[in-house]
This record gives sequence, C-alpha cells and structure tokens, in this order.
Amino acid sequence: MKTIYLDHVATNPLHPDVLDAMLPYFKEHYGNPLSVYESGVKAREAIEDARERTASLVNAKAKEIIFTASGAEANNFALKGIAYANQSKGKHIIISRIEHHSILNTARFLEKSGFAVTYIPVDKNGIVNPADVEKAIIKETILISIIHASPEIGTIQPIAEIGKIAKKKGVIFHTDAVASVGNIPVDVQSLGVDMLTFAAHQFYGPKGAAALYVKEGIRIVPLIYGGIQEGGRRAGTENVPAIVGMGKAAELAKRDLQKRTDHVRPLRDKLIENTLKVDKVILTGHPENRLPNHASFVVEYIEGEAMMLLLAAKGIYAASGSACSSKALKASPVIISIGIPAHLAQGSVVFTLGEGTTEDDINYFNETFSQVIKRLREISPFAKGWEGLEDSTCTARK
Amino acid sequence: MYSAKVMDHFTNPRNVGEMPDADGIGTEGNPVCGDVMKIYIKVKDEKIVDAKFQTFGCGAAIAVSSMVTEMTKGMTLDEALKITKASLAEALDGLPPQKMHCSNLGADALHKAIEDYKNKQQK
Repeated sequence: MKTIYLDHVATNPLHPDVLDAMLPYFKEHYGNPLSVYESGVKAREAIEDARERTASLVNAKAKEIIFTASGAEANNFALKGIAYANQSKGKHIIISRIEHHSILNTARFLEKSGFAVTYIPVDKNGIVNPADVEKAIIKETILISIIHASPEIGTIQPIAEIGKIAKKKGVIFHTDAVASVGNIPVDVQSLGVDMLTFAAHQFYGPKGAAALYVKEGIRIVPLIYGGIQEGGRRAGTENVPAIVGMGKAAELAKRDLQKRTDHVRPLRDKLIENTLKVDKVILTGHPENRLPNHASFVVEYIEGEAMMLLLAAKGIYAASGSACSSKALKASPVIISIGIPAHLAQGSVVFTLGEGTTEDDINYFNETFSQVIKRLREISPFAKGWEGLEDSTCTARK
Repeated sequence: MYSAKVMDHFTNPRNVGEMPDADGIGTEGNPVCGDVMKIYIKVKDEKIVDAKFQTFGCGAAIAVSSMVTEMTKGMTLDEALKITKASLAEALDGLPPQKMHCSNLGADALHKAIEDYKNKQQK
C-alpha cells in the first residue's frame, strides 16, 4: 500500500546526507569527547563543528548553543534554569495559553515551587497580543516564554514585537521554536530573544538532538549537574553522532530553506482549498500567518482519532488533537484556547507536509479524505447536526 | 496499539445505522468528552433479535459498538444485561487501559436500551 506521510510536525525522516555524516561517529570516531587521544579529539572537534553549523542556522554564536537531548529538555532547562538563577530578583513568569506541554507542565511545576505564572490568552487565530504581554509584566517578572509557531494550529507569533517589549522592560525572553526552525527563517537577533529552543528531527536531523540558544551573558542554572560538558551547563557524555547529525541537518536547512518552502507552500494551499470544500470543515489557526507546510482543521460530527485511524488504513499518516488521541484523554488546550468548543475540538486534525510530499500525494489525500469523512459521518449519530448537545461539561473520564 | 479484532470491527463495523422501529434506544456519553454511543434494539419474546448502533468516537468506541451489537443479537434480555465492559474488551482481544471507558460506554448504552424497552412495555 502506498503511504503518504503528512505528519512532519511530529517528526521527519533523516536526510541521507545527515545519516552519512553521522555514521563515522558510530563506527570509527567513537571516542568520548573528553578523552585526549585521537578518537576522543575527533569526537570533540565534530561537536564543535556541529555547534558552529547549528548556531549559524539561527544566527547565533557557537558558544551560545547548548546541546540537549530534546526540545522538551531544552524547554525545561530554559524555564527552570532562568527561574532558579533569578529567583532573588522575582518569582513571576509569563507564558501563553498555547505553549507545548513541556512549557505548560514546567510552568505548573514552578507554580508548585512558589513561582507565579501568568497565562496570556490568544485570539481566534491563535495569536498572542503583544500588548497583553506588556500589561502582564510586573516588577517581579523574570521570564517571558512564548512559542514561536504552534505545532497544532501552525500560527506564527509576533515574537519580534514581544522581544522589543521584553528588552524595554528588562525581562529575559525565551521562545520555543521547535516547530518553526527549519520551516521558516529564524534569526535570534531580529527576533530579539534571549533564549530559543529548537530540535534536529524537525529539519531532517536525528531524534535525540536539540539545542537551547542562550544569549551570551544570560545566567542559567544547569538542569543536569555532573561533569564539564557544554560549558558545565549540561552535564553528561555527549551523543556525538546525534549532535553531528544536528549540525549537518542545520547546514542543509539553512541552504535549502527557500527551496523547501517553495515546494510545500503551494501543495499545502491546494490541500487546504480542497479540504475546505468538504461540508462542515473549519480551518484552525491563522489563515495566512502560519507555517508554510501546515494545515489544520476541525471536522464536525466525527472524532479525530477515528479519522486518523481510517486515514492510516488508507496509507495516510496525520495527527489529531482530539481527547481520544491523547493519553491524557483531554481535548487539546491549544484548540480550546482559540475558542473552539470542546465537542468540535474532538474533530481536530493536523496535516503537515515535507520535502518528500508530491502533487500526487495531495490528490490522493483529497480524494481519500472526503471518503473517510463520508464514511465516519454515516456512523455518527450527529451527522444531521449536534442534536442533544445540552451538557457542556465532561464527567465521563473523572 | 489496538488488537487485530478491534481494527477489524473499526474498519468494517457491523450493524451501523439508525433503527426507526427500534423497541429500545440507549444513548451514553457526551461529545464534549469525545464519545457518544447510541444503541438500538429490536426485541421479540424477550430476546434481542436485532441491534444497530451509531457512534461518535474513537476507533475503540466504534469497535466496541460494533461488537456489542454483534454479541447481543440472539441473547435474552437477561443475558444481554450481563454484558460488561470487561466482557466487551475480552471479546475484542483487549483494549488499551486508557480506552476501557469506551467499552464501559458500550455496555451502559446497551443496558439503557434494554431499560428503555422495559419502560415502554410497562406503559
């Protein structure tokens, strides 16, 4: 069966050049980067070379890059590291309501540890109003963290505007750019951020390699204590092949970004145009100001996981923000935050394209999607409307 | 994640649809939570002779609905009342722990349909 991968926001295949770059560090140059003999020295040099390339992708200095094992780790590091380094100055943090779980749950952890967190709402397109961020800043505010682009609704935030506000107020500003780096140009200087999270597997690099950009001069408390790796800021023997892979993927992403965007955007537009022809399908996220490879919808009267499974049975792989797709069994807070009612949030679907997506894939998708919707609506008791939807609260899962 | 049997009942659900002349109808769940099951039964001589369903929900919910309608056909009402979330999950070769609530809804919707039938008989 033909398979069509439309879940690039979850992860991406490894670029063949990235694999080639990584292989010697599994086979020949397997030394510990702290060792003084040749295989260790080669590994150390490879890490520093990868650091240069990784930094270059976001216009940072090499010494401002700390490698981590995942975007989630980098996000934890950013929030906890800044909170604990600056708690004598204040214990107030600002984040948005549409952050990734690795930010939301870390913020909740910090709340339990005595920090106060302000959650900034978003409008119906998922945009944070910079004025709301400015209003939320108080004397005790030590950190603002606003996601750059939402993996669920694709919306790109006005990070540069928020960056100016943070700078004016003297507050450290972090952005989670996992979904955006590799898909749109990301420049830490023009965005005005002090910290930025990004992950290699989002731009055809390996899983298990990510980075936190920390602007020179920003003091951060390590998340992992131990040895002197990463300048003493992140201990643990480095995953050399993965870091090398991230460096290579960063180099390719910088070189090919425009080509990749030019390839996916028209295909994505075609997918959106055709999907919206299906009755009772709503685009979520900003209609224009969104990631170029990202299309997200809510489909009325049917549930997201059922859609995903039936599409997968026909070879199409995608994602959903429905409660049943989540192990937490809760509808996506991002979808709820843009004002989508909980019953509609169950029908959320996300399709993300990549450099391997073809016109034929999109044609097959459009044809199959309408069939799947028709089939599932035939099963649904709501196919004629949301009759009997009086109860607005969910108690069944308690 | 799902057993082959769950996937079979999900991709080829049995007994889908409305039953305009149903003797009992049971609805369980809430679309806000993500699952609603509507079970229709036709009863003759205290036996369920036909059953149909409509479901808004995940793969497990659809598979459970299909299975519950298959299991009940031919059962007496008393036998059908003994169907539980555990027996439904077992009939499907198991469900992931986080999906057990779906089989719960299936059993509850069936029991409500039987109750509806009995209430109608008393009128």
